[in-house]
Amino acid sequence: MTVNGAKKEAEVEPRLLLVHFIREDLGLTGTHVGCDTSNCSACAVLMDGRVVKACTVLAVQADGREIMTVEGLAKGDRLHPLQEAFLAKHGLQCGFCTPGMLMSAYALLMENRHPTEDEIRKGISGNICRCTGYAQIIESVQQAAHSNKW
Amino acid sequence: MIAGGQSLIPLLKLRLASPSLLVDINRIPGLNEIEESGDWLRIGALTRMAEVEASTLIKDGYPIIHDASEVIGDPLVRNLGTVGGNLSHGDPNNDMPAVMLALGAEFVAAGRAGQRTIRARDFFTDTFTVALDLDEILTEIRVPRHLPRTGGCYIKLEQKVADFATAGVAVQVRLAKGGECEEIGVGLTAVGPTAIEAASSEDWMRGKKPTDSAAIRELARLASEETNPSTDLRGSSAYKKQVVARLVSRAFRKACERARGAS
Repeated sequence: MTVNGAKKEAEVEPRLLLVHFIREDLGLTGTHVGCDTSNCSACAVLMDGRVVKACTVLAVQADGREIMTVEGLAKGDRLHPLQEAFLAKHGLQCGFCTPGMLMSAYALLMENRHPTEDEIRKGISGNICRCTGYAQIIESVQQAAHSNKW
Repeated sequence: MIAGGQSLIPLLKLRLASPSLLVDINRIPGLNEIEESGDWLRIGALTRMAEVEASTLIKDGYPIIHDASEVIGDPLVRNLGTVGGNLSHGDPNNDMPAVMLALGAEFVAAGRAGQRTIRARDFFTDTFTVALDLDEILTEIRVPRHLPRTGGCYIKLEQKVADFATAGVAVQVRLAKGGECEEIGVGLTAVGPTAIEAASSEDWMRGKKPTDSAAIRELARLASEETNPSTDLRGSSAYKKQVVARLVSRAFRKACERARGAS
């Protein structure tokens, strides 16, 4: 598979979840395991351009596919406009849900660069946050949508 | 067998299912078309729920399907979860079975012995049990093609996004030129061991007018009587029966509104 643009190859047990492969085999611990019940989407990654729960995909199912994790957003030292917006608008507190929020927001903005507030709420409706009450997250996504630095 | 895996993998994680072998069918080509042909709307079994949600053909002609596609799981689940999976998993909490019952849909199954068609009303036999043989998979869902003066609506009461329904109600109607209810389908989610077709309520409402409030109340009551909801963290059985009645009433009115708008 390709992960953040780099080719990766491994032999794994069929029962290995993609999130565990990403975190433990690849050492990319930005993707978080939040719930174990396929609810919270802290584990969200992009697979062939679609945002999915990495805890609800078997690693072998990603064979031949393109994976993007939160580590793939920044370019070297340069944060992605979404990350800058989350910083500026205080879109995180503990940060545990944030990688998943960023990936869902990224997927939303790739499909719809000018979402309404309702569309943002719907776009991140699969991601649970226990800290922020979501308001700052929505403002962060709105700010990112207005950025012309993409 | 694994398609989207959005129901199966959670079962594996909880050790409620421990298959020794899984066959991944995701890469079988040609099973994700959405098209109208002949007398049918045909939906490939591997069509992702997100594709159903995005389809203007479905949103315009079959809004009851669109309604359900918006409330199944969450956006991530919908990117992988398939229509075939939502139907053949046999979970009484899945939303599409009630919709397909209300629509009078048919399913095409393929197995070693060849291909056969199974009516939706014969498909959902018991909890987590459907009328597929061990070597069969769903390949296609067929919905009767959209006719004038038809409309439908699916309403799901859920405590939060991606929750299972406290109760879900699907109503599809066809109105006669004079406005009476010529044909009606009522499907119910999460209020019995399987999805339920509320046949007695359907029989009652055929021929009645949507302006007849007393008839609608009886429609709602009859549908509610056909349910056997369990008391659980989403509510008592009595509460859920009341929810069904309210939702049937609302869904019926909305379906008729759409039927009138569509003509």
